[in-house]
Amino acid sequence: MNIFLAVLQRDLKLALRRRREVANPLVFFIIVVSLFPLGVSPDRELLSEIAPGVIWVTALLASLMSMDAIFRSDYDDGSLEQLLLLPGSKVLLVLAKVTAHWISIGLPLIIIAPVMALLLYFPAHAIVSLMVTLLISTPILSLLGAVGVALTLSLRTGGILSSLLILPFYIPVLIFSTMAISAATSNLPVMGYYALLGAFLIMSLILVPFAVVAALKVSHN
Amino acid sequence: MHFIHKYGSPNYFYQWSGTWLKILSALTLILMALGLYWALIISPPDYQQSETVRIMYIHVPSAWMSMFTYVVMASAGVVAMIWRIKVAEIVVAQSAIIGASFTLLALVTGMLWGKPMWGAYWVWDARLTSELVLLFLYVGVLAIYSAYEDPRTGAKAASILAIVGVINIPIIHYSVEWWNTLHQGPTVTKFDSPSAPLSMLTPLFIMFFAFKTYFFALLFARTRNALLSRERHTSWVQEILEK
Amino acid sequence: MGARDPGEIVVQEFFHMDGYAFYVWGSYAIVSAVLLLNVISIRLQRRKILRELAELSEEE
Repeated sequence: MNIFLAVLQRDLKLALRRRREVANPLVFFIIVVSLFPLGVSPDRELLSEIAPGVIWVTALLASLMSMDAIFRSDYDDGSLEQLLLLPGSKVLLVLAKVTAHWISIGLPLIIIAPVMALLLYFPAHAIVSLMVTLLISTPILSLLGAVGVALTLSLRTGGILSSLLILPFYIPVLIFSTMAISAATSNLPVMGYYALLGAFLIMSLILVPFAVVAALKVSHN
Repeated sequence: MHFIHKYGSPNYFYQWSGTWLKILSALTLILMALGLYWALIISPPDYQQSETVRIMYIHVPSAWMSMFTYVVMASAGVVAMIWRIKVAEIVVAQSAIIGASFTLLALVTGMLWGKPMWGAYWVWDARLTSELVLLFLYVGVLAIYSAYEDPRTGAKAASILAIVGVINIPIIHYSVEWWNTLHQGPTVTKFDSPSAPLSMLTPLFIMFFAFKTYFFALLFARTRNALLSRERHTSWVQEILEK
Repeated sequence: MGARDPGEIVVQEFFHMDGYAFYVWGSYAIVSAVLLLNVISIRLQRRKILRELAELSEEE
């Protein structure tokens, strides 16, 4: 457990030092969401209809864009190799890095999402469901995204390639989340959707770190 | 795990796969001829789908094989990661190419079936959508494999992605199916499985086995080529050349 | 036109596919093309590899 806390602390400190870099995905999210009314139409009904999809797809892209930072700088300056040589569980190390990344990128996204939802005339009574789905799902996005980044670390064209690898895996999260939101919009029960997302989160938490560790080893060949 | 190392050693694999390649090629030819005859001539037109039902006899096997190939690829990936068998690494890359071509065929034939039946080449039907996602997954495996200059590192990275993918495919599949039923209501299913008459099932299964033998023949042939080319400096390749 | 040979009509019907000829024959054409191309490319590849290997052993 020590390695988890130590790495978590270290990464959060680093994130605090690189505040501007960390804010970029958030700004990207805000700008892209506000492009939709300009590109589609400012029509109230249309916007509120597409709002869950727009916010969710944009959140996927924003989180994907930020993923590269999770290992990149540590890989480039060699500290990742040192961390992997440390005694202790590599899985915990990966979990710590993903958690730190989620706290610095995922959480701000969840906080800003309701504001962006209002810009798209998102029905106010469904905003809680938007936040809950984001809260459960953004860790899944970070975990799966970490696999893509770990697989492409030693390649020069890593960024776009890792998005290409990982985006198809985001599909179930996108589907379950937007369905939960549309159920909440029409006042239908949503707990089933949350349970599904939660199960997916637990499964990812257990299985994905092993894939990340294996991928990091391949990258350090 | 002695037998994995034995059958997976490049030299021994090359020997036993040669025999199997001949058997499988012959079987493929026979089954394809029989299947085509049955699918195009013997089997009657469907009362609902008319003659377009004949597209199903190649569409459904392509779709099945596209999924089967992914499982083969991921299994080879597991063997490659755990026992570091060179042949398994080659199989991962080669089955990705074959699988992508089956997926592409399933998509194209599905679209050609959809135009007369649904009135549009593309409908966001659960099966077509799943097939599209599967194509994305194959493209990802091929992209990561070819991104690495060293084929062995590329194969390891591709194996990891394939293993993550094979766990995710059922989840993706059911989520897409669910999304589809909630958004569109039940569409016309391509095969009402229990009621599909025997006259349709026979050509379907013959074609299915034909595609399966074709797949293994192709996979063996591709793997043998890759082995020869990669192991060109070893003694066993020299021995084969001298024969 | 006059009466036609029944065999001719059967053959025409076969190719006509009840008006769905483009879709049915299009599907079969694309599938056979891809399956055949796969086989041909492997044959060509094999020939090329064997030629390269022969050159390699001559050099030695």
